[in-house]
Amino acid sequence: MSETASLNMQDIPQGQLPEHIELQRARVFCKADAPVHTEDVEYSGAYAAVGFDNSLQVDDFRRDFRVEIKNLSMDDIEFDMIGIDASLANAFRRILIAEVPTMAIEKVLIVNNTSVMADEILSHRLGLLPIEADPRLFDFLSENDTPNERNTIVFKMEVHCKKRGPRLTVKSDQLKWLPNGSELLMESPNPSTKPRSFTSFSCSQASLPQISGRPIGMKHLDIIITQLGPGQSIELEAHAVKGTGKVHAKWSPVGTTWYRMLPEVKLLKEVRGNDAEKLVKKCPRKVFDVEDVGHAMKKAVVSRPRDCTLCRECISGAGEENIALRRVRDHFIFTVESTGALPAEVLFTEAVKILEEKCERVISELS
Amino acid sequence: MGYREKDSVETHNNHAKPIKSAVDKFALLPEFLKVRGLVKQHIDSFNYFINNEIKKIMKTNDRIECPQDPSLYLRYTKISIGKPVEYMEHHAEKLTPNICRLSDRTYASPIEVDIEYTVPNQTNKEYKKGLVIGRIPIMLRSSCCVLSGKDEAELAKLGECPLDPGGYFIIKGNEKVILIQEQLSKNRIIIDTDSKGRVNASVTSSTHETKTKTVFFIDKDKIYLQLNQFSKPISIMIIMKAMGMENDQEVMQMLGRDPKYGFLLFPSMQECRSEKIITQKQALEYLQGKLANLSSLRFEINKDDRVKKILINVFLAHVPVKDGNFRPKCIYTAVMLKRMMDAVLNVETFDDKDYVGNKRLELSGQLVALLFEDLFKTMNSQVASRMSKAYDKASRSTPLYFIHYMMSDTITNGLERAISTGNWDLKRFKMNRKGVSQVLSRLAFIATLGYMTRVSPQFEKTRKVSGPRALQPSQWGMLCPCDTPEGEGCGLTKNLALMTHVTTDEEEGPLIKWCRKLGVVDVEDLSGEELHAPDSFLVMLNGLILGKHTKPQKFANAMRKLRRKSVIGEFVSIFVHERQRCVYVASDGGRVCRPLVIADKGVSRIKEYHMKELRDGVRSFYDFVREGLIEYLDVNEENNALIALYEHEIPKDGHGEDNADVQKSSITHIEIEPFTILGVVAGLIPYPHHNQSPRNTYQCAMGKQAMGNIAYNQLSRADTLLYLLVYPQRPLLTTKTIELVGYDKLGAGQNATVAVMSYSGYDIEDAIVMNKSSLDRGFGRCIALKKQIVVKEIYSNETSDRIVRPQNEPRKQALDADGIAAPGQIVRRHDILVNKQSPRNKKDRITNPMALKDCDYAPSNVSYKGPEGETTVVDRVMLYSDKDNKMCVKFIIRHVRRPEIGDKFSSRHGQKGVIGTIVQQEDFPFSEEGICPDLIMNPHGFPSRMTIGKMIELLGSKAAVSSGRFHYGSAFGEPSGHADKVEDISRTLVKHGFNYSGKDLLYSGISGKPLQAYIFMGPIYYQKLKHMVLDKMHARSFGPRVTLTRQPTEGRARDGGLRLGEMERDCLIAYGASMLIYERLMLSSDPYQVQVCRQCGLLGYYNHKLKTSWCSMCKTGDSMSSLKLPYACKLLFQELQSMNVVPRLKLTEY
Repeated sequence: MSETASLNMQDIPQGQLPEHIELQRARVFCKADAPVHTEDVEYSGAYAAVGFDNSLQVDDFRRDFRVEIKNLSMDDIEFDMIGIDASLANAFRRILIAEVPTMAIEKVLIVNNTSVMADEILSHRLGLLPIEADPRLFDFLSENDTPNERNTIVFKMEVHCKKRGPRLTVKSDQLKWLPNGSELLMESPNPSTKPRSFTSFSCSQASLPQISGRPIGMKHLDIIITQLGPGQSIELEAHAVKGTGKVHAKWSPVGTTWYRMLPEVKLLKEVRGNDAEKLVKKCPRKVFDVEDVGHAMKKAVVSRPRDCTLCRECISGAGEENIALRRVRDHFIFTVESTGALPAEVLFTEAVKILEEKCERVISELS
Repeated sequence: MGYREKDSVETHNNHAKPIKSAVDKFALLPEFLKVRGLVKQHIDSFNYFINNEIKKIMKTNDRIECPQDPSLYLRYTKISIGKPVEYMEHHAEKLTPNICRLSDRTYASPIEVDIEYTVPNQTNKEYKKGLVIGRIPIMLRSSCCVLSGKDEAELAKLGECPLDPGGYFIIKGNEKVILIQEQLSKNRIIIDTDSKGRVNASVTSSTHETKTKTVFFIDKDKIYLQLNQFSKPISIMIIMKAMGMENDQEVMQMLGRDPKYGFLLFPSMQECRSEKIITQKQALEYLQGKLANLSSLRFEINKDDRVKKILINVFLAHVPVKDGNFRPKCIYTAVMLKRMMDAVLNVETFDDKDYVGNKRLELSGQLVALLFEDLFKTMNSQVASRMSKAYDKASRSTPLYFIHYMMSDTITNGLERAISTGNWDLKRFKMNRKGVSQVLSRLAFIATLGYMTRVSPQFEKTRKVSGPRALQPSQWGMLCPCDTPEGEGCGLTKNLALMTHVTTDEEEGPLIKWCRKLGVVDVEDLSGEELHAPDSFLVMLNGLILGKHTKPQKFANAMRKLRRKSVIGEFVSIFVHERQRCVYVASDGGRVCRPLVIADKGVSRIKEYHMKELRDGVRSFYDFVREGLIEYLDVNEENNALIALYEHEIPKDGHGEDNADVQKSSITHIEIEPFTILGVVAGLIPYPHHNQSPRNTYQCAMGKQAMGNIAYNQLSRADTLLYLLVYPQRPLLTTKTIELVGYDKLGAGQNATVAVMSYSGYDIEDAIVMNKSSLDRGFGRCIALKKQIVVKEIYSNETSDRIVRPQNEPRKQALDADGIAAPGQIVRRHDILVNKQSPRNKKDRITNPMALKDCDYAPSNVSYKGPEGETTVVDRVMLYSDKDNKMCVKFIIRHVRRPEIGDKFSSRHGQKGVIGTIVQQEDFPFSEEGICPDLIMNPHGFPSRMTIGKMIELLGSKAAVSSGRFHYGSAFGEPSGHADKVEDISRTLVKHGFNYSGKDLLYSGISGKPLQAYIFMGPIYYQKLKHMVLDKMHARSFGPRVTLTRQPTEGRARDGGLRLGEMERDCLIAYGASMLIYERLMLSSDPYQVQVCRQCGLLGYYNHKLKTSWCSMCKTGDSMSSLKLPYACKLLFQELQSMNVVPRLKLTEY
């Protein structure tokens, strides 16, 4: 920006921010040594002096907010959320990690375990296995509840490695769903009464209309749980309940979920000839391309700014004069990697619902 | 100096060619360690004892005679040590180390001897073969051990870990290491100054028969000898005369022509003359008068003989006197005098006691040999005395058979006791050392290895000396410069470097023969004058003067050639000492040495084809030594060598030669690998050469506390306490040492993604912030296995405890039908492990101990003593019978712990820290890749610690995960490619889209906005240390009190109180909080109500029957007052009274 004396400055049109302020408002500058302007200006009247209204209007938000799905597979989704504040995008991220419930094995009843793996560790490993069951169909099991078909999923595992055989790798496919609940009987203090099992199912879960179509099981059948030596065996029952990632990471529905702000790579000066070639070569993510501008002259252009991982190779040394690396403040590239209980896109809507619910709760508490 | 031989044409041809890139000699290292093992020094020395030394000991003590009748004797003809067995009642049971560890037995072999002995009135000798005279503990992996020569599968079958180094003993189930003992070398002249600043020459003579110390010192210009046997220092000239050197001129000649020496000796001569001693006879008579009255009463017979005996056996005892020929001793004395005078004339010639070349390492073989020799002699004298007692008995029913008096427990018990207590108390050798053997630490695999290489110091640790603690230049390559403890043992306790070898004794006979052949002239054939002839060097062999040689360099080169041709032993050292004009040839045991590549004029003898043959397996490390490509140099001989670090570092001949500080042609050796100057423990540190040196030392101490895997057999061991990591990993950034010692297979840590940033304020003072989800997923999770033993006691009246089936009682839910807790059962504190009952009557004789009724037993349950409020699980239950045939039950109780606030973690750079807070994953920062760190470390840990190595580790690990290749960070490894350069690492990072400096853009997990700085983030190998809050936290309100003082108990183990100490008290006094002091010091401690008599001021008592106070002194209850004071105070009064001190209390009313 060229220096101008303050008296000679142009009048700024009201209701519009000067270019450099607007840039600071809408972009994060990723300089070579540190990112600057990372914090946005939240105060609605921050630019009142120039007549710019910094408040967020619901109508504007409805008009400008966009979601563009870039990539959708079984368990993963990548989409752009445009026109939203970081705090909201972060809220979704946080809710996804910690507050969207899933089913996970919480209680393991070990009948026999002669493997080298200790019971506790075996249980811990079982707990981390993702279960393909829609958590929305189940209730939370609170402290005084008895486990029933509405809040508990029971799995059974019985593996034995033959004597004089090779070692056996126990994988998650060995866990069998018991739709009728626990088969193990509680030791009762009174031998005359009929022994009860550890769950009290009123009916088979398979007969429940919501479940009957899709039997419950492990999401991945090839997760190694442990290995058994010849003659060793494991017999256990695992009870899965509903929970949230806040309590334990095993209930987190996502492996991880995160966002990044849309990279913006701007060439401040034209980069030509050899320098252009060098620039293209410098970038490991191939953000730049070379374009012919005729007269055997070549020019560098930014062709894939989205791929920029901010290695800052292009702005190292004197590069900072030519190139500006920025992030668009209200454009989030959101990635959700589901562990498999629910598809990633459903998870996000669940997260939105939870936020909605929270808002409603606040509103109702306030009123 | 040395090695200037003109060698074959081949080298010259090679010389002409341009030097190619250096040969990668790294492959030699694993090969070296394969043949040698990490603890070969221990095993070698023990093998030497078992195969050679024990026979020598037997030979010198092979005859036991009946004192009354010398024709009645026993003679040992053969001694051998078998395989480890234990004799049960009727059969011999083969022992394996793991059986011994689990059932608390000693891993020992029988010592078998063949004997012949005479029987009175019988002409024929009796013979007996294979008589067992005792059991000797066997070192694991020694030649007698069942594990020697076994491959991995066979070891697994025996329940043994293939990575376990061996080299220790198993005594009553405990693993014991005999530490390497450091000592000043024996039979060498050491010139030093004593505490009074006098010049002092001392020799500690050590032969098989005796150990003595001879000291010469200069006092007021006169030279004296100090010997324990003489009450006063003796002038040296008198000693010379007593040895037959009556002629002063000859003594002078022996010192050399230079008049300087004459001047120095002159006062001594004068003193001798003033005492009027001229002849040998006069000298001996004079010495007689100076004898110390130590034990003179017993040997009154011939005093003259005694002086001579002392001169032969005590004075410079290692110099042999054959047929009364004192000449070698005179020459030796003269050499000592000359060296002393040199020291007076030139201060530089003093010897350095801390110089590693003047040190000898005593290994387990030698120590056990001493012990055995002592016990063997004790046993022999016991046999003789028993025999003599039996002989004296008039009425003998049985004939006198020697064999009846041989008992095997002297040696068995003696060896077992010494090794298990560590007390080497051998009166015969005037040895009284404590802590020689120690329990092998199994806390971490590295701790075990560290123990095996530890060198324990000669001095007591409390001495405040700096000299021996300082890093010695001669330590280079022999002793690790990093691995030493902090505090009192700093610099004294050392550790061997990776390639160090400790020699064992070697035969001198062939060496002497070769020396003679190469032209060493016997000194006895020379006149005193010729001794120090200017053109000749003295040749010393193991501290003895062998002769002299006129061409020392040539002689040394010839000897070295012989060594390289394997004609003489590979560990013989030849050292030309220019200043002392001596050639030292050494073949004694305990010298440290290390292998080096021989270079001819700077050109390595090892060529690429040698290495190829090694890689193809047709060549072994031994072949390299045998063919003279590699040789072992000890510390002294290193002084004659010029050792280059790398071959390619040597500047080319011709150009630039003058600029180089060393001439290439003068280089004689090349290091195999520079990182071998570090030891095993320091070898774990990546990039240690980028760290501030104390940090490496701290890490060496901490690496031994890291949890991880102990051994492959860790789950079938029964240690008192074992910490295991649930998911141990191998470091992403490894070193070559890690791979060599097997740390990559038995890791003790996890690769944690670390973000170096400030977070939440709970990270001050090195605290770290942990990600809760990481902990949920198993980071830092560990298993603590604790052992509890229950013995089913057998009492003197033949009754015994019994274990009975439990009824349905509280706290007994873990018990099986057999009354013993079952594996897999959850136990809490105070739960019963064994439902045991003891007989009520344990002393009186009972007719039928088996037929006791139920009512005769009282319950004596054994409950679990564990942390309160934690759930633990019985991991294993082992039943066995101990050596008294009592049934024992061993419980291994398992506790799985996840990290909590206050648990200690450390990286491999001496950067320890505790968990300050645990934070939810969603609050943690995340990167644009979605990576969320496992822990956050405060950047303030870096500037003052200067652990650049840690930063490079982070970069290297980050490159390693992104490229999928383990990266290396061996010490000094950049030039040889054993450490990745930062440049290359940065390039890899950029290739994978990271910033070259490892700094990423992170978003705050709380606000969702980018952080205002790029954060240095990547994986670092973190170790979980054994210090955990659970084992340390302690608080109490009520609790137990000590019976004597009625004050609260002390210490966490006894649920003790927290002391308000002196300084805290001072604060309260200064503040004026008197009521608080009153409460803390009395009410909360030991309040007590006493009755004081106002008349006599003494304590009375309260009679509860009469409901009055009473003074038993005044015999009245009239003037009693009641008073509150601490019970300890009352106790003090009473104790004083018992000592006839009467404390009287004077009471006044306020």
